[in-house]
Amino acid sequence: MRVAFERPAGLTDCPTHYCPGCTHGIAHRLIAEVITELGVADRTIGVAPVGCSVLAYDYFDYDMIQASHGRAPAVATGVKRALPDRTVFAYQGDGDLASIGMAEIIHAAARGENITVIFINNAIYGMTGGQMAPTTLLGQLTTTSPAGREAPREGYPLRVAELLEQVRGVAYLARYPLTKPPEIGRARNAIRKAFQTQLAGKGFSLVELLSTCPTGWGMTPREALRWVEEVMVPYYPPGEFRDGPEDPGGGPSRKRVG
Amino acid sequence: MEKRAVFDEERCKGCELCIEVCPEGIVHLAGHLNRKGFHPATVTEQERCTGCMFCARMCPDLAITVYRPDKRAAGA
Repeated sequence: MRVAFERPAGLTDCPTHYCPGCTHGIAHRLIAEVITELGVADRTIGVAPVGCSVLAYDYFDYDMIQASHGRAPAVATGVKRALPDRTVFAYQGDGDLASIGMAEIIHAAARGENITVIFINNAIYGMTGGQMAPTTLLGQLTTTSPAGREAPREGYPLRVAELLEQVRGVAYLARYPLTKPPEIGRARNAIRKAFQTQLAGKGFSLVELLSTCPTGWGMTPREALRWVEEVMVPYYPPGEFRDGPEDPGGGPSRKRVG
Repeated sequence: MEKRAVFDEERCKGCELCIEVCPEGIVHLAGHLNRKGFHPATVTEQERCTGCMFCARMCPDLAITVYRPDKRAAGA
């Protein structure tokens, strides 16, 4: 018998503090597998956010920095500019990236910073106790929208990938759900392309991963997977939004691949 | 029959995502508790395991190692 699947290099042996069924662990694995495959493990630097994945530096076996809330793309910018031969990624949740860090992510993308951002969208603030996030869906119950999010009161959920699609500096942009092995395989390919984009020096890359927060959503982990498929995916359609830098002479890319 | 899907009980948090995706429906939660206080997932009928790795790819805690027969060794 030979080993067909095992814990990848690039992750430490430390058990994660994530709640049962939280898909952060899957995202961590995909990043570690891709970085090992690309052969850049010894020169990879990760930037952890504020949120549940704040302790990512305990789980990734790379040089890690933990940034202030929302500032991971700014810190990653500094690292990449000072050490351009390193592979630099920011790992951010939706509370971190889409709320307090919205300015940082948009401007890092607009500058075409040659970094990779892995964006975990679970439609809620997980770590602080399930408050409404910019990505919380209409009707979704959170501790700060106990009657369900309503547009007149709380506004509409932000679609980050669609927002970044029109930013010129973006060279790779995709969104996939972490709900089933085939989708997870597509997410893995997207993460690989994102890092390859950086290694080729093409510019900013981001992969949005639709994830679960069973504790924050008040569901079992299995119910949470179905909620992603039935409620999140229709509002946050998966696919590749951009593959390759935009033609400098062209307008906003409207091409949707995959 | 050698085991194909080996579950590290102490890493398991009993989230059941492996049970959700197993095409053969052979993953179940054990009756006992692990040191974390969760009922760990386990494979009841290893001989029905095809080694598809769905459980391992789904496991957020990387508690599962999957083995497949070595074709060269089997053919020798």
